[in-house]
Amino acid sequence: MFTLIAVLAPLVGAILSGVARPLLGKLVSVWSTIVFMLISAASAIMAYRGGVQPALHIAHWVQVGTFTSSWTLRQDQLSLVMLVMVSVVSMLIHVYSVGYMAHDKTPQRFMSYISLFTFAMLMLVTSNNLLQLFFGWEGVGLVSYLLINYWYDRKAANDAAIKAFIVNRVGDLAFAVGIALAYFTFGSIQFDVIFAGVSSHVGQYYTLFGTQMPVLEVISFLLFIGAMGKSAQIVLHTWLADAMEGPTPISALIHAATMVAAGVFMIVRMSPLINAAPAAMGFITFVGGTTAFFAATIGCVQNDIKRVIAYSTCSQLGYMFLAAGVGAYPVAMFHLINHALFKALLFLAAGSVIHAMSDEQDIRLMGGLAGKLPFTCAMMLIGSLALIAIPPFSGYYSKDAILDAAFSAHTPIATYGWVCGTLGAGLTAFYTSRLFFLVFTGKSRAPKHVQDHVHESPFVMLLPLLVLGIGAFASGFVLKPYFIGSEFQSFWGNSINVAANSTMFTMDKVANWAENAPLALAIFGILVAALFYLLVPALPGRLSQSFSPVYKFLLNKWYFDEMYDALLVRPSLRLAKFAWRFGDEQVIDGVPKGLAALTSDASAQAVKLQTGSIALYAFIMLIGLVVFVSLFIWVR
Amino acid sequence: MNQLGFPILSLITYLPLVGAFIVATLSGDDEKVAGKARCIAFIFSIVVLALGVFVWTQFNPAIAGYQFVEAVPWLSGINVEYSMGVDGISLFLILLTLLLTPIAILASHGIKTRARSFFAAMLLLETMTVGMFAATDFVLFYIFFEAVLLPMYLIIGVWGGERRVYAAVKFFVFTLAGSLFMLLALVWIWRHLGTTNIAVMTHSHISPEAQTWLFLAFLAAFGVKAAVWPLHTWLPDAYGEAPIPGTIMLAAVLSKMGAYGFLRFALPMLPNASAMFEPLMFVLGVVAVIYISYVALAQTDMKRMIAYSSVAHMGVIIIGLFTFTVEGIEGALFQMLSHGLVIAGLFICAGIITARGETLTLRNLGSLAINMPVFAAALLFFTLANMGLPGTSGFIGEILVIVGALKVNFWVSLLGGAGMVLGVTYSLVLVRAVLFEKYARPELSRLKDLTGREYAMLVPLAVLVMWLGVYPSSFTHAFDAPIAAMVQAHTAALNPHIALAMVTAK
Repeated sequence: MFTLIAVLAPLVGAILSGVARPLLGKLVSVWSTIVFMLISAASAIMAYRGGVQPALHIAHWVQVGTFTSSWTLRQDQLSLVMLVMVSVVSMLIHVYSVGYMAHDKTPQRFMSYISLFTFAMLMLVTSNNLLQLFFGWEGVGLVSYLLINYWYDRKAANDAAIKAFIVNRVGDLAFAVGIALAYFTFGSIQFDVIFAGVSSHVGQYYTLFGTQMPVLEVISFLLFIGAMGKSAQIVLHTWLADAMEGPTPISALIHAATMVAAGVFMIVRMSPLINAAPAAMGFITFVGGTTAFFAATIGCVQNDIKRVIAYSTCSQLGYMFLAAGVGAYPVAMFHLINHALFKALLFLAAGSVIHAMSDEQDIRLMGGLAGKLPFTCAMMLIGSLALIAIPPFSGYYSKDAILDAAFSAHTPIATYGWVCGTLGAGLTAFYTSRLFFLVFTGKSRAPKHVQDHVHESPFVMLLPLLVLGIGAFASGFVLKPYFIGSEFQSFWGNSINVAANSTMFTMDKVANWAENAPLALAIFGILVAALFYLLVPALPGRLSQSFSPVYKFLLNKWYFDEMYDALLVRPSLRLAKFAWRFGDEQVIDGVPKGLAALTSDASAQAVKLQTGSIALYAFIMLIGLVVFVSLFIWVR
Repeated sequence: MNQLGFPILSLITYLPLVGAFIVATLSGDDEKVAGKARCIAFIFSIVVLALGVFVWTQFNPAIAGYQFVEAVPWLSGINVEYSMGVDGISLFLILLTLLLTPIAILASHGIKTRARSFFAAMLLLETMTVGMFAATDFVLFYIFFEAVLLPMYLIIGVWGGERRVYAAVKFFVFTLAGSLFMLLALVWIWRHLGTTNIAVMTHSHISPEAQTWLFLAFLAAFGVKAAVWPLHTWLPDAYGEAPIPGTIMLAAVLSKMGAYGFLRFALPMLPNASAMFEPLMFVLGVVAVIYISYVALAQTDMKRMIAYSSVAHMGVIIIGLFTFTVEGIEGALFQMLSHGLVIAGLFICAGIITARGETLTLRNLGSLAINMPVFAAALLFFTLANMGLPGTSGFIGEILVIVGALKVNFWVSLLGGAGMVLGVTYSLVLVRAVLFEKYARPELSRLKDLTGREYAMLVPLAVLVMWLGVYPSSFTHAFDAPIAAMVQAHTAALNPHIALAMVTAK
């Protein structure tokens, strides 16, 4: 019951502020979303305290043949953990937004969108079948589009929003076909039926590309491609950095804490199925490890404060997939929760900086803000240390666990993932420290009028920062015993399927050097950043000149956008023109053109006949009809 | 006679005709007549809609066959009856027609010249379309099917845009040429089976060779009507040139006639030929989805872009029908309803812009979201439904077709579903061009948001789109019995020994 309230309250808030705005007025509609979010968060906590319960059936949705899906709220441990995380983080960001969007023209529209987002996200995490999960999945994608496009008078925002939707939809198409194949295989899209049926379909094959493939592998691959789109993994990652065109609170909520983690959640949710698909697991490990490293390299050279954090998100999601790929699903969830807290903190702190700097986002034009924004600086420090994974901050516990799990798997792919992840840990430390040093230390490089205007954000923005700061500090050591400690099986119950040979049981027995390598590299990364940006500020410039191809390669984000533009976007537009002008107008219309030439005479006559009298037209038609009927009778 | 003891279907069919006569005989000065004619037409269409909803409440979804049947001997010498009835397949198509006629009449506010004839033609169109969906005799069906052309041709040709005569003649020639083949098929069937009763025809055996020819004839007739690629080129011209109410009726209702024809005749009557031509139909459907989506992306006019998107959706419907699975066919049927509502909403949005004196050239539009937020929300909503966002009606049809197609072939499913990606592309480009891009011209900033009449057109459609998306069972419930029977009969016809086994098992 509390789950139901937690899920529906944001929807009510969204409707009130979105549709009933003219009746309520601006202030009431903005605050109504806050009130309903508070209700939602409180109910979510109550639902969590109530413990695991059977799924709550609300209504039927689709019922065609044996393809059935209902509106149902699942209330197992995995759903409840996500329910609490999403509603609490969302509630904090709602509060923050009141301050951040205070000068906006239509704050109620913004609040309505993020409440709608929360509803869709909660539907996603509590779904009991693949189709409702897809509903939430697309719903969050839609609101992400709307919010990236929030300042729709900016061309960059329009383009970024469209890009995000299209790239996501590429993944979603695979996801939808995966749902269809799951239905075809298991005869149902209910999670419980699918999970129960996995063992009996292990030996089943599906013909694809002319070869026989295990059907469970095919389904897992299709679902994972969907997850790659949503969670911005390499190849389908290009939309995430551009999505930073949206207001900063949504970068924190949607593009860091919740929506982009939906892909990881989905893979964890489907763990019984994924466990039976070793090739797909290898692929997940490979993609996750690669993204963890690749996104971190790009993050090292970006100059936009939000883009640095965005690439960091991309990279951290890669770590989560790495964990899932080696079968350590609880570790993936642990990092997901920790990441949600510290990354939301980092984004909101960045928002506070941007707010203070009169909407400046280029870190080359900041500097020396520690004195003027002491609170924001302290919060940013906590977030950064958690991201770099310095004990006892939260990231340390989960990221090290991920790398330990990957190391202990002892397969070539997992080892590749471990190498990528460990190198990534060093890069993470470097770019995070770089960001921190450039923004908060040294002398200010901002123009005079911006400098004069710098001010600490209002209390309503700082309060959520404080709460998230405490979370980012403590969530690691507080949650570790439950999430991945010796108790983990009783904590997660049967909501996550951990295979008997999973790395969950071997990750504690990792060689000392391997266990300490990530931390050592992280400290090294901090030291390098300190050398570059505190001690010898001229060094980065010189390095970028002497290694200019590498620097350019990273600055241009490995040229993914350019490649897609040349291979997909521009040819598509040309093909579209060609298909229309040549295909449709010349070729297909060319066949009846001869006919048209004949009728053009007739139509010239018809124009003369156009007397405007409907009776005449009707009469002519009637004659036609009579001719047809007589033809009919005559032919018999 | 039937469960009501009253020929309600004939009443629904011919009441608009009475209205058309009343409208046609109005006299007085033009201005007043236009208002009066619109008013009378609207009242008639609403009354008929109410009757239609009444039929729905009395409809029993558990029965696979026709209900509210009425049959009167007609050309008895040649064994033709006047007979009408509805089943789960035609019920909602009739309701769709009944719902969209009053909405189209509301959208006819701008029609001032020859208004009397216009509204008479609209009501005539309603009669013909409803009659076509309700007919249970092939001859009667054929007459209504052809007669629909009559008012539609006039609506395009008289009240259309600049190139209206070209568009109207093209529309007329294409559809007429197609349906002549249906006439041939009709004559053949009637000679060989001795009946034109659809229910009897469905259960008759036709030799596979004959089926092939009949199927080709049906493909010509229904393929043109449904704008199956490559028979679609009349559609952008007709949609583009027709006045907005005409476009609404064409896109939302008339385009369903072709798909309905396939579902009613080609599939159940010609099981062998349908199975034989299945690969061809899949190819046509997939090409429509992918190729037409590209063509839509290149369009520079809002109305034409929506028109092409409509052709792409027809591809999905064709794929769904020819999967011969319950999911696929119900998905196609659901997509027909959904597409009718959504495309009507989109064309109404286009009409709202033209009603404010603007053209629909995309380059001349932009930033309408600033001054017309409600309009922007409506256009965005229908666009999202058009691209199949879950929670709207478009999704249900799309996913069911994907599911049905996957039972047959992985690639048909994936490529047919490619509309999910390509549809987003042109839809969002359209939305950006109309709502978000910087003002092409400063005059655009003076446009006013929706009026009460425009709310009255859009709100019912939006509510229905949500209803179909969130609780589709109210509608698919009625499809189940006839579609399940059809799929079963199809399987039995293709595998006689299985059918025999089923009989003996019973």
